Amino acid sequence: MSRLVAEDVRLRLGARVVLQGVSAAFEVGRVTAILGPNGAGKSTLLACLAGLRRLDGGTVRLDEDEVRTMPARRRAQRIGFIPQTPEVAWAVEARILVGLGRTPFIGARGLSGEDAAAIDRAMAAAGVEAMADRDVTTLSGGERARVLIARALAGEPEWLLADEPLAGLDPGHQLDAADLFRRMAHDQGKGVIVTLHDLSLAARLADRILLLADGRVLADGPPEVALAPQVLAQAYGIETRVVSGERGVLIDVLGRAG
Amino acid sequence: MTRPPRPLVLAGLISLLALLCLVSLASGRVWAPFSAWTDHDDPRWAIIFDLRLPRTLLAVLVGAALGMSGAAMQGYTRNPLADPGALGVSSMGALGAVLTLYLGMGAQAPWVVSTAAMTGCLLAVLLLLALSGAASSIVTFILAGVILQTMAGAGVALALSLAPNPWAVNEIVNWLMGSLADRSAADVQMAAPFILVGCGLLLLTGRALDALTIGETGARSLGVNLTAARWRLAVGVALAAGASVAVTGVIGFVGLIVPHLLRPIVGARPGALLIPSAIGGAVLVLAADILVRLTPSAGEVKLGVAMAALGGPFFFGLLISMRRRIA
Repeated sequence: MSRLVAEDVRLRLGARVVLQGVSAAFEVGRVTAILGPNGAGKSTLLACLAGLRRLDGGTVRLDEDEVRTMPARRRAQRIGFIPQTPEVAWAVEARILVGLGRTPFIGARGLSGEDAAAIDRAMAAAGVEAMADRDVTTLSGGERARVLIARALAGEPEWLLADEPLAGLDPGHQLDAADLFRRMAHDQGKGVIVTLHDLSLAARLADRILLLADGRVLADGPPEVALAPQVLAQAYGIETRVVSGERGVLIDVLGRAG
Repeated sequence: MTRPPRPLVLAGLISLLALLCLVSLASGRVWAPFSAWTDHDDPRWAIIFDLRLPRTLLAVLVGAALGMSGAAMQGYTRNPLADPGALGVSSMGALGAVLTLYLGMGAQAPWVVSTAAMTGCLLAVLLLLALSGAASSIVTFILAGVILQTMAGAGVALALSLAPNPWAVNEIVNWLMGSLADRSAADVQMAAPFILVGCGLLLLTGRALDALTIGETGARSLGVNLTAARWRLAVGVALAAGASVAVTGVIGFVGLIVPHLLRPIVGARPGALLIPSAIGGAVLVLAADILVRLTPSAGEVKLGVAMAALGGPFFFGLLISMRRRIA
């Protein structure tokens, strides 16, 4: 069982302390959502977990390797990462963009048949086969976000770390993507960690919530514990009510806590 | 989007280049038919092999260096306006070379000029990359290029105004305008190794350039070593563009125009553009040099001047078509 373990992670950006000692352990087979108010350090923590940030203290380990010092290619083979801004610089076809996900695997000869098969599977899983030959810059923001999800899937990593992967998707595609992440974790045994803003979506998608505030872990546990009204009041300064629906809980935001 | 298959495009570009090479050897003030090519006693044989062959080879080498440098810089900065000429890299190389001419060191050994030109280029690329890394906005990047260009121009003007004698002035001015006229096999021998090594380094950045399509964070998450890519790019451009500037002076716009023209044909993936841009650059410079040679005028129009006359309006058009992105 692969484990991703953050221990006392500290990070400063200029004079601002973004993460002040975050510890959390993640296991494969589960979806974890990192939540928290703006500026709480969600994206920064996710980048640290993916080995993309130099830490000012603490460690992040993937099994026995430290993610910062393990060979970058091997790290990239095991951890897939979806950045927050769906940036695409050039007018390339969607299939070529998805193919970039094979970068950690390709040798001198370029893409092999195995790579091509992985690209096909990733595009099918993200539901973007129909866009394969379309220029990515002509796609809508949501379509592009789905192509970028396929890009991360193409590496078939053991861990998928996605920064706000559902932002910009319509409700239908949000559900599709959420289902995809759950299936990856529960059926294929991958580790999925996402940052989110939507509390109800998080409650429905995640097995576990890591709630950050001011660069610290405020709550860590299953949605009904970590998203309890008194916790949310402390984290966001809002008054909420948990509504039990047919398919999990809904977080009804009533107003500012006051 | 249907495009011709890549081998076909490459074969087409190479055939075009080969054809232009033959035309370049045959044409000029004296037309050399094929019968003169094999006859060693024909005076035209000497024209072909002593004068036109080095000139043709240099055009191919310099065009390839500039085309590939432009494609690599555009890929790395994700900015279609990047080019060694437009962003002051060539000008900084020229400043380096002019300083050696000014100090009279150019005559001592030919490698002094080359080394100075390559050092100037390296300095410029490193400054540009440092700036584009800190804030990768197109505006900062272009402004950085403008600053480099202006500083290099001021330095060259200073060297001219303080030049010790009219010969130095003449030498500097002639050289600055960029030309392939009267180059010898020695020039080819001096430039070729640096250009080849530089282009080799640039080719090694291909995969990193591809990955940068999804931004720096995305590229690093794919395991790409951006620090290594940055150094390969900087040293590669410095060697290739620097050696070119050292033997031919400043020839602008090649690196800007060629990748832009090739993108619709070979696709926009930056790594896939490197080799076609090198061949395309060679085609463009060679074609321009043939035109310059055949233009009926008292003196030969300088290649650098001709290229600027062509490239200026092209650059302008590109800017206009991009104005929405910049604003």
